[in-house]
Amino acid sequence: MSHVAEYVQGEAVALEGDFVVAEAMRQINPDVVAAYPITPQTEIVQKFSEFVANGEVDTEFIAVESEFAAMSATIGAAAAGARAMTATCGAGLALMWEMLWCASGMRIPIVMTVVNRSLSAPLNILTDQTDMMASRDTGWLQIYAENHQEAYDNTLQAVRICSHPDIKIPIMAGLAGFVLGHTLGRVEILPDDVVRKFVGEHHQDHPLLDLAHPVTIGAFDHHDNFFEHKRQQWEAFDNALKIIPEIGEEFGRLTGRYYGHVDPYCLDDADLVIVIIGSGAGALRAAIDEMRADGAKVGMLKLRTFRPFPADAVADALRGKKAIAVMDRVTCFGGEGTPTFAEVCQALFTRNIDTKVVNYIYGVGGRDTVPAEFCQVYADLLHVAETGNTAPVRRYLGLRDF
Amino acid sequence: MTLKLSDAVKEQDLLAPGHRACLGCAEPTIVRQILHAIEGPVIVASPTGCLEIITTPFPATAWRVPWIHVAFENVASVLSGVETAYRVLRKKGKIADRDITFVAFAGDGATYDIGLQFLSGAMERGHKFVYVCLNNEAYMNTGIQRSSATPLGAWTTTTPVGKGVPGKKHIRKDITGIMVAHNIPYVAQAAPHAWRDLMAKARKAAKADGPSFINVLTPCARGWRYEPGDTMAISRLATETYMWPLFEVEAGKWRLNAMPEKKPVAEWFKSQRRFAHLLWPENKGVLADIQQKIDHDWDVLLKRCG
Repeated sequence: MSHVAEYVQGEAVALEGDFVVAEAMRQINPDVVAAYPITPQTEIVQKFSEFVANGEVDTEFIAVESEFAAMSATIGAAAAGARAMTATCGAGLALMWEMLWCASGMRIPIVMTVVNRSLSAPLNILTDQTDMMASRDTGWLQIYAENHQEAYDNTLQAVRICSHPDIKIPIMAGLAGFVLGHTLGRVEILPDDVVRKFVGEHHQDHPLLDLAHPVTIGAFDHHDNFFEHKRQQWEAFDNALKIIPEIGEEFGRLTGRYYGHVDPYCLDDADLVIVIIGSGAGALRAAIDEMRADGAKVGMLKLRTFRPFPADAVADALRGKKAIAVMDRVTCFGGEGTPTFAEVCQALFTRNIDTKVVNYIYGVGGRDTVPAEFCQVYADLLHVAETGNTAPVRRYLGLRDF
Repeated sequence: MTLKLSDAVKEQDLLAPGHRACLGCAEPTIVRQILHAIEGPVIVASPTGCLEIITTPFPATAWRVPWIHVAFENVASVLSGVETAYRVLRKKGKIADRDITFVAFAGDGATYDIGLQFLSGAMERGHKFVYVCLNNEAYMNTGIQRSSATPLGAWTTTTPVGKGVPGKKHIRKDITGIMVAHNIPYVAQAAPHAWRDLMAKARKAAKADGPSFINVLTPCARGWRYEPGDTMAISRLATETYMWPLFEVEAGKWRLNAMPEKKPVAEWFKSQRRFAHLLWPENKGVLADIQQKIDHDWDVLLKRCG
């Protein structure tokens, strides 16, 4: 372990998840932040406003009058040539929806923290991933954090990912509202100078503020060019598939915490696998430890990246497994399964991997999911593997019968 | 410094010829007048609308200055971000240390209606930019639908003249007054036929220490139903009938910029086929009501201007 000594040691502190993100933003020291407070993201905006007021950052903070304006101003600032960031969740993200497409279509690199929250109605301010999953097709990269440390690490890496010259796509970095956002967690905070060096100086091609080279940004396209421009976005996502793990590797060499698209746990010898995204992976880890102690051959595949969807990595991880449960903390209606389920099935089918897959909806609207419930999923998977019967494909975990 | 046409013609137009405006469109004239008036470098933002689509069909552009468009409703927010980036990057020494004037050119739909919240927010936050409303009194880009800038009685495709329905039933919104209520340093109403007045206002707006707003009447031959050659005459008639008074509000002080001899509003209605029905005998009452409203508004304006 001689390599360990070379890693930069962060200062271990206990912080609420929202403050972890605000602290990362302080270290990144973006040029412009435009944001609107919304529960459970509010603490990020408040804390960052304090940093601005105390002169701890050089950032200009625009306290806009809505999330739609937040994204619009962030687009304007980034197009002008600034490193620009924002944060939102739930209804705020929904209000931004039209602008999400503009940001990505204009190839504006923006880092946006999303403190995941459910969508009304009924009104619910607690966590699930419906906000980001419902923004799935808006042309943004999406990564999710399991815990406080990942929320911190993802924020720093997101800056590098979105502004990479071969990507130039805005990125959402998700963390669970309340479960992570409002709870204390242990996190190692890197020294400021290490962060500044890692994120580097911001460079924007063809900034609006370049008076010597006037550019027209946001011209309109019709049938003769629109398709070709959109194809460039698809290609940028393909590039991101390759570059996100490279940046994760670089971050790992710096800190000892290596990141890829997926994070397998107890997977090598597992027959049965539970696929999950975000903070639920914490409870699932505990459940797997318990079940493994009892001899169960169960493992976890945690997805860190959802857009671009790492189909190869998922297929490689799941090849040869007897049965798979895909968990989604999302309300999404009309399809037989949920977004992650559909993606996993597509990755398996297109690579001729013949296995049994079922879909679980869990934890929506802030419903707690405990390790015992994951043990139930394992028991269900045993039955699926034995009988080959996947019905019903869509299942609910922790749902109360009225 | 006085504004002279002889000076202006020596400068390059910052909006290039070859754009796709309709015959008789007042927009390019107004944009050129304003960009000539403003001294120093300019960066322009436009929402979705006529000006945006006539000037930037990819891969062509008519803009010789940096220009950005994002969407219909949010030009004020976008420009808030641009102006903020400019201030911070200038402070950090990442861009040249020179003054830039930021200008939004937006239609009345983007200003009075769908973009009102974003305009209000930007004005309240004090972003230093000149917001110009190219007010052609309806959604012309989508085919002449009513906006809240459409005057009472006007025909549009969503306020058609029907049996007993003489066009638009509602009086137009006083957006200029709403901007004055934001207590910004400079607010004005202008029209392109009064080019020296308009250019002087643009220059004042650019020099204001904070946000400024100019509401420019923008005659539209297609939507107002008149011959394209009449654009400037129509613009003049609007002020002569007191349909569109020229005034400015500088640091809260109101000033009338033109007091032509008043012509009856019927003259204004006769000039455009969007008002043709208001001259029908059965709409006599409507015509009288409108004249009364105009007279009342003029009196209020005179009092404000002391």
